[in-house]
Amino acid sequence: MSYALEIEGLEKVYANGLQALKGIDLRVAQGDFFALLGPNGAGKSTTIGVICSLVNKTAGTVRVNGVDIDADFPRAKRHLGVVPQEFNFNVFETVEDILIHQAGYYGIPLKTALERIDTYLAKLGLLEKRKTRARMLSGGMKRRLMIARALIHEPSVLILDEPTAGVDIEMRRSMYDFLREINEAGTTIILTTHYLEEAESLCRNIAIINHGEIVTNTSIKNLLRELHCETFILDSRQALPETLTVDGFELTRVDDYCLEAQIEQGQDLAELMSQLHERGISILSMRNRENRLEQMFVSLLEQAS
Amino acid sequence: MTAYEQWVALLTLMRKEVRRYTRIWSQTLLPSAITMSLYFLIFGSLIGSRIGEMGGVSYMEFVVPGLIMMAIVTNSYANVVSSFFGSKFNNSIEELLVSPTPNHIILLGFVSGGVSRGMLVAVIVTIVASLFVDLNIHSYLVVVAVVALTSILFSLCGLINAVFANTFDDINIVPTFVLTPLTYLGGVFYSLELLPDFWATVSQANPLVYVVNAFRFGVLGVSDVSVGFAFIMIGAFTLVAYFYAAHLLRTGRRLRT
Repeated sequence: MSYALEIEGLEKVYANGLQALKGIDLRVAQGDFFALLGPNGAGKSTTIGVICSLVNKTAGTVRVNGVDIDADFPRAKRHLGVVPQEFNFNVFETVEDILIHQAGYYGIPLKTALERIDTYLAKLGLLEKRKTRARMLSGGMKRRLMIARALIHEPSVLILDEPTAGVDIEMRRSMYDFLREINEAGTTIILTTHYLEEAESLCRNIAIINHGEIVTNTSIKNLLRELHCETFILDSRQALPETLTVDGFELTRVDDYCLEAQIEQGQDLAELMSQLHERGISILSMRNRENRLEQMFVSLLEQAS
Repeated sequence: MTAYEQWVALLTLMRKEVRRYTRIWSQTLLPSAITMSLYFLIFGSLIGSRIGEMGGVSYMEFVVPGLIMMAIVTNSYANVVSSFFGSKFNNSIEELLVSPTPNHIILLGFVSGGVSRGMLVAVIVTIVASLFVDLNIHSYLVVVAVVALTSILFSLCGLINAVFANTFDDINIVPTFVLTPLTYLGGVFYSLELLPDFWATVSQANPLVYVVNAFRFGVLGVSDVSVGFAFIMIGAFTLVAYFYAAHLLRTGRRLRT
């Protein structure tokens, strides 16, 4: 298998002695849509920083599309597009100038750059803002500008560090569609996010990092399969009794008309409904209490610590 | 990167740098014209007429090359220090660092911005000076060479300052407490012959002495130091600054964590 990204034994110790990465091993296949998850300070941004040369590694190897960054970093960089977490462009420049400059830094002539700018600004809904200074853009527009900038040299690997932070729901959905589209066209996407449902809906594979170590690295499907129980919120038509027990099920009364039920893997949800009905309680609606991946994420981090 | 791609990257940086200072011309180009007009008026015309000759020429003629050089030094330095530090401050320097642009192109791009501003200001100040005194250039070759080398040297110094600066105050410390005193003590307003032996010897360590005197030789044909030696010293200072700036970019000191 060809890998878009291969990381072996990656370590980073900062000047203040903080060991941010403790020998990370990670592989991302070409064409994958990969999520790198972890709590704040886990080492996600440090890992991305090393890959794109903003952080000097202490030990380990990193290869981008088979190119070792120690052997030929400029060639490795040509394969990479990076959308950082913080805005990092000159806000006094126009959208067009920011993109022309970035294209130029990759050796792309002005004529080609202008054609690509048309394409990406149109796809990201920024065409009308072409001559606008970046400081006049909304937060969501600035984030889309950073995506356009990262794609201007048409990299085969796109790394996005929290790309939808501060982006409204509608724009987030259109951004998801755009990312799916370029992934289907062959671009490998590596995503870090705090929105776990984002990872669940977009990504095929996932790595969870905590305290500078990879806690798990598997497919989203496998990860969710390991989930042993789910919590459902049930809304009742009738007022619930003060104490309510159903054999074989763990129930928690939330308020007069709402209760939570823990459903273990293999348990029959219809059995619960039936028993509640026998007690004169009819259920109006039912939903998951929280994102399943979030439950798994918390559980894995608890195990790791 | 291929040679052509490096050329594109360099042109991009140069375009960006030139557009930056021309967009704010009232802050970057105009002040030198006004300041130098005042210098010419006060030190040249009013006070200079009472001083008489210095170094074999009128005092007005004597100070003109030094003042032009002072404008070149401050502008080339200020351009790179503010542009590079600004990029660091708003993190847009990361656009360059994550790209495959080689360090020597980054260096050349920023320096070319400083050099072009230094030269543009030199032309403006020379035009202003010609309103006060007839300038008959002694050696165009020396003039062009000194202006080019000096603006390269001080652009490099500006970049080094910007790499180490953490705040906007830090980019003003060197021009205020180092550059300005060195310029005033570099023989802009007086001949080194006027100094006691000890201070004349101390002045030999001041790069501005060589810059000002070499330029004065190019314009007037007079100098306190040997022009050949001045070129060697300016060249040596430039090489040291270049290799140190290149070293800073290569190691990523204060730029990469």
